[in-house]
Amino acid sequence: MSSNQTDIPASAYDMSHIDEADERRTLAIIVDNEPGVLGRVVGLFSARGYNIESLTVAEVDRRRHRSRITVVTNGSPQMLEQIEAQLLRLVPVASVTDMTKSKRGVERELALIKVAGTGDKRVEALRIAEIFRARVIDTTNESFIFELTGASDKIDQFCALMRPLGLNEVSRTGVLSIKRGAEPG
Amino acid sequence: MDTQAHPGADTEARMMTGAEIVITALQEQGVEVMFGYPGGAVLPIYDALYSTPEIRHILVRHEQGAGHAAEGYARSTGKAGVALVTSGPGATNMVTPIADAMMDSIPMVVITGQVPTHLIGTDAFQECDTVGITRCCAKHNYLVMDVKDLARTIHEAFLIATTGRPGPVVIDIPKDVQFATGRYIGKDGVTRRTYQPQTEPHPSLIEEAIAMMRKAKKPVFYTGGGVINSGPEASQALRDLQKATGFPVTSTLMGLGAFPASHEDWLGMLGMHGSYEANQAMHDCDLMICVGARFDDRVTGRIDAFSPNSKKIHIDIDPSSINKVISVELPIIADCGNALTALNTAWKGTRPEKPDLTDWRAQINAWRARKSFAYSGSDTEIKPQYAIERLHALTKDRDTYISTEVGQHQMWAAQHYHFEEPNRWMTSGGLGTMGYGLPAAVGIQAAHPDALVIDIAGEASVQMVLQELSTAVQHKLPIKIFVLNNEWMGMVRQWQELLHEERYSHSYSDSLPDFVKLAEAYGGLGLVCDDPKDLDSKIQEMIDYDGPVVFDCRVTKAENCLPMIPSGAAHNEMILSEITGDEIDETGRGLV
Ligand SMILES: Cc1ncc(C[n+]2csc(CCOP(=O)(O)OP(=O)(O)O)c2C)c(N)n1
Ligand SMILES: [Mg+2]
Repeated sequence: MSSNQTDIPASAYDMSHIDEADERRTLAIIVDNEPGVLGRVVGLFSARGYNIESLTVAEVDRRRHRSRITVVTNGSPQMLEQIEAQLLRLVPVASVTDMTKSKRGVERELALIKVAGTGDKRVEALRIAEIFRARVIDTTNESFIFELTGASDKIDQFCALMRPLGLNEVSRTGVLSIKRGAEPG
Repeated sequence: MDTQAHPGADTEARMMTGAEIVITALQEQGVEVMFGYPGGAVLPIYDALYSTPEIRHILVRHEQGAGHAAEGYARSTGKAGVALVTSGPGATNMVTPIADAMMDSIPMVVITGQVPTHLIGTDAFQECDTVGITRCCAKHNYLVMDVKDLARTIHEAFLIATTGRPGPVVIDIPKDVQFATGRYIGKDGVTRRTYQPQTEPHPSLIEEAIAMMRKAKKPVFYTGGGVINSGPEASQALRDLQKATGFPVTSTLMGLGAFPASHEDWLGMLGMHGSYEANQAMHDCDLMICVGARFDDRVTGRIDAFSPNSKKIHIDIDPSSINKVISVELPIIADCGNALTALNTAWKGTRPEKPDLTDWRAQINAWRARKSFAYSGSDTEIKPQYAIERLHALTKDRDTYISTEVGQHQMWAAQHYHFEEPNRWMTSGGLGTMGYGLPAAVGIQAAHPDALVIDIAGEASVQMVLQELSTAVQHKLPIKIFVLNNEWMGMVRQWQELLHEERYSHSYSDSLPDFVKLAEAYGGLGLVCDDPKDLDSKIQEMIDYDGPVVFDCRVTKAENCLPMIPSGAAHNEMILSEITGDEIDETGRGLV
């Protein structure tokens, strides 16, 4: 928000706040990849007042037409139980896995980060990028684009460090997750 | 699509047009009656219907009428109701019945026409995003873009509409798909891998439930529409289990008829306008066995004061109903009928004697003695409760089906018309749709041509989908529309009395039509009655008339529907006899 003269939020939705008792969860939703399926999932979240912090979706099994939707959400334990049950009511939803609760979940996010600057700031940006093992995928005399994968908070941290050095654009995939170990699912 | 279809022996693969596929699939699904309204985008299907006399098509006057008629048909038969409408306005007019069927878990298949595939997305004439609009109010929906998917889609739609927790399914079919030629596939083997409702209860949960039931001193069955949806066997299983245990029974609005109202252990309906004994029993019980009900806010009243000292068993086929509103000790995911049957077997298998419920019975009888449905009678005016009582007395020994509109008359019907069997009571519970009852009666009568079908109506509600009277006349459906005419949107007036200090803002039914002339204009019979002494003979005249009747029953104008649990109050805070205007606190005022 740019305005600091007034307390009025920019949007009505800025007024909502996360409750203390709320928990954050990453859900892996396996669905039949058919037209409108993402609309059903997203529509369910908005219709029932559930939150979506991040969302990723892509087909993961071409032969069986299965897509994997990863949603990061938050809510009270009762709401989280409802979210799973409501998702399973959707006909094209094959399964819902709570990756956070499973403990075996690993989470990664990919970000593309543009930092524009010259002189010392440019050198410093490159030095921090090395520490974070971010790759430079595009460069001009006054800018870099970094590619960075990692847990979401690592990307947050990287962005925070880059901000004073000229960060001017960020594109993130949202969270992906998978379970450790040999077994699928 | 992820449907496996194996053409069965008698449903050989055949080539035909999309429109013919639709009709053939409907026939294979056993559809005898459907309700619809034509338009450009469904003309090929109407053309196929032209040469299919086996399917009776009831032409309505407004698509909303087709939807509610299909609902009435479904609710009174246990089969899926089917409606056929055109694209654009035809589809949008169907949205209310679809949402209504979703809320009340009514199996319904709605076929909508769509503009040809190459025009989709161009804002073509009568185009609307039907699957987008109905996505959040239907159990499932499809846009069929290729004729080769059509037959299996229709079979899958019936499967989804009628199994698990039933609901409405929409199939949107572009016009070019109706014209295209494709292979017909029979229904055998059509399944959906991602859709596997759990219908059998887990045996260990049944054992746990029996243990809880054995221990209970103050048990109550709280049953709902799920018992009706589960079929007559479920109602029978409920009766058997009640007989074996002696537990008292209450039911939601949607569940009336599953347990006979004449039974001594029947508590009456519960909830906002339920009986005192039912709500007190819910509040004070030590074991609540919820079967096919969903702890709706009209039932629970204030959540944090809901049945504070009970253990709760919740039997439901829909896992999302569990712990949605009220947390329960023992959830059992299953079809109600299967779970009740399993409970019966387990109960009888262990120690078949009835528990001693003498104290609990005495307590219930003390509550019952309050006679919470009592009202003050009159010699000069027809009290609305009296009208329902007489209607019940004069029709109860017939093959009678009742539908209602929404308002006070609906609640009085639920209180004073006593149902003995399932599938006899059709009302819009979850969505509360005024205008439901008349077209629902059309659908019920189409399913049961020789039965007595009565829409208990209010003068305001009945005007919402009134034009279906013409449908009833055309198709010789002798429905009776019994209007409790109080000249007010009575339920609104009552809330304004309760909540808004008698400021009756826009709730008077002004400029009412002459209902007798109106009936005659449509080709039916009109009757009017304003004297309690004439009521019986007039009702008899209505019953005896072989054709649609509109009965203008002039009742007391400002009668309140009591008892009532005001919004935001607990079960044991009922208003029993009179509204004073200070019953509802600030939080309650904000509720609906
Ligand atoms: C379509 C629709 N619009 C508005 C309402 C809100 N509403 C509930 S009851 C009611 C009044 C019904 O009046 P009437 O049909 O005369 O029945 P009464 O309560 O007088 O018996 C209204 C407006 C509703 N339930 N449905
Ligand atoms: Mg009225």
